[in-house]
Amino acid sequence: MATAAGHAHRRRRVAVTGVGVVSCCGTGKDAFFAGLCAPAPEGIRRVKDFDATAFFDPKEARQTDRFAQFSVAAAAMAIEDAGGLSADPLRSGVIFGTGVGGLETLQEQLGVLITKGARRVSPRLVPMMMANAGAAAISMRWGLRGPCETVVTACAAGTQSIGNAFRLIAEGRCDLVVTGSAEAAINDVGEQPSIGVAAFTNMTAMSTSGVSRPFDVRRDGFVIAEGGAALILEDYERAEARGAHIYGEVLGAASTADAYHITAPAPGGAGAIACMELALEDAGLTPGQIAHINGHGTSTPLNDLAEAEAINKVFGNPGPPVTSIKGVTGHSLAAAGALEAVAVILSLQRQVIPPTDGLEQLDPEIHLDVVTGAPRPFAPGPVLSNSFGFGGHNGCLVIGPASP
Amino acid sequence: MADEATFDKFRSCAVEVLQVPAEKVVPEASFSGDLDADSLDLVEFVMALEEAFEITVDESELQGVETVGQAYELVTSKL
Repeated sequence: MATAAGHAHRRRRVAVTGVGVVSCCGTGKDAFFAGLCAPAPEGIRRVKDFDATAFFDPKEARQTDRFAQFSVAAAAMAIEDAGGLSADPLRSGVIFGTGVGGLETLQEQLGVLITKGARRVSPRLVPMMMANAGAAAISMRWGLRGPCETVVTACAAGTQSIGNAFRLIAEGRCDLVVTGSAEAAINDVGEQPSIGVAAFTNMTAMSTSGVSRPFDVRRDGFVIAEGGAALILEDYERAEARGAHIYGEVLGAASTADAYHITAPAPGGAGAIACMELALEDAGLTPGQIAHINGHGTSTPLNDLAEAEAINKVFGNPGPPVTSIKGVTGHSLAAAGALEAVAVILSLQRQVIPPTDGLEQLDPEIHLDVVTGAPRPFAPGPVLSNSFGFGGHNGCLVIGPASP
Repeated sequence: MADEATFDKFRSCAVEVLQVPAEKVVPEASFSGDLDADSLDLVEFVMALEEAFEITVDESELQGVETVGQAYELVTSKL
């Protein structure tokens, strides 16, 4: 594979050796992928069966916001999947994203402030709500002492975290990085309805029908979700030398900004086009070499049209098969990019593309080959994964099958 | 009013906030050594005590308080 083509300097190859998932359609990689190929859950996509006590002692659970619990749980599964961590701690990093961090904790403590006064606000509020709490918890639990940072770029944060983690290994700073993202901004707090759900509802970004239908003519907004996913990235040669199971290879990544509007995508998807082109260039690939696109596909009228136009501009009409797992998962905001990267990894492993649930009638303005109805077999090749976030943040990853 | 009911109330605050078994909450137990409590845990614990006993504990009064017995004494001195 043309992994190093087009680069002025040599860089290291980056393997994916472990994945972990907490999602509304299943916790753990097998349940998750089965969920992606099954009918969607209904309504707001909460992770109903999450058991924090499987990952935390009671005191830790009490002192860790739900988004950071998802971060640690996903990381724990990914680390176990990778067969443990054996790299030098100072060359082991954590790059873990979130959109808003500990919103539930903030909402709960605002309630305390109003009802009981300032003297009763928890001293744990700051370390629980801060956006970097998930990354910090991962580095502390596993003693990872290299770079530990959080990317906060709304719905692009997961994809951009993985891109940054990829860079740290490719450029030689780290031998291993635990990366991914998590979000938990939608749960009611006691008697109070969720402020996150209220805010997204009032933005009119959310579906009023409650059905996620990416690329469908009747799509009317996203269905909000929560979750988290983690990947273990390692120096490819090191992973091979230790006999690790290699799921695939991160071939390239890119990040751009629309510089246009705080929530609406640039017309024609200009920022997305630039990002996809840069990711292909970074991977040393031409558009014709991309076997499949895991789209951002949120089910909002504006995103899906702009993304389709951008894909056509880069890949032609209709371009490679596209899917949006958000038909099943809903839109888990910053967690989405990591969930989708794991979906790509599992698609490569299982040689099948999960369908876009909820899509019944393709929007006539959208000229894409969208996988619908049933999972579609595909010959593993480089896959592009897109994420676009409020703020005009664009993130793309190119992930390919393992190749010695 | 340093009776058994008062200590029970004190102990249940410790069990709830510090997530330790009730039998470990004894006068000679040290917060940092025996109950694995850091400085933020102690702030939370004092808040719980203030609420449960309807008292006010000033930050300066916590200096030198290292054991369950010392904390209990501080609470009962205010009742």
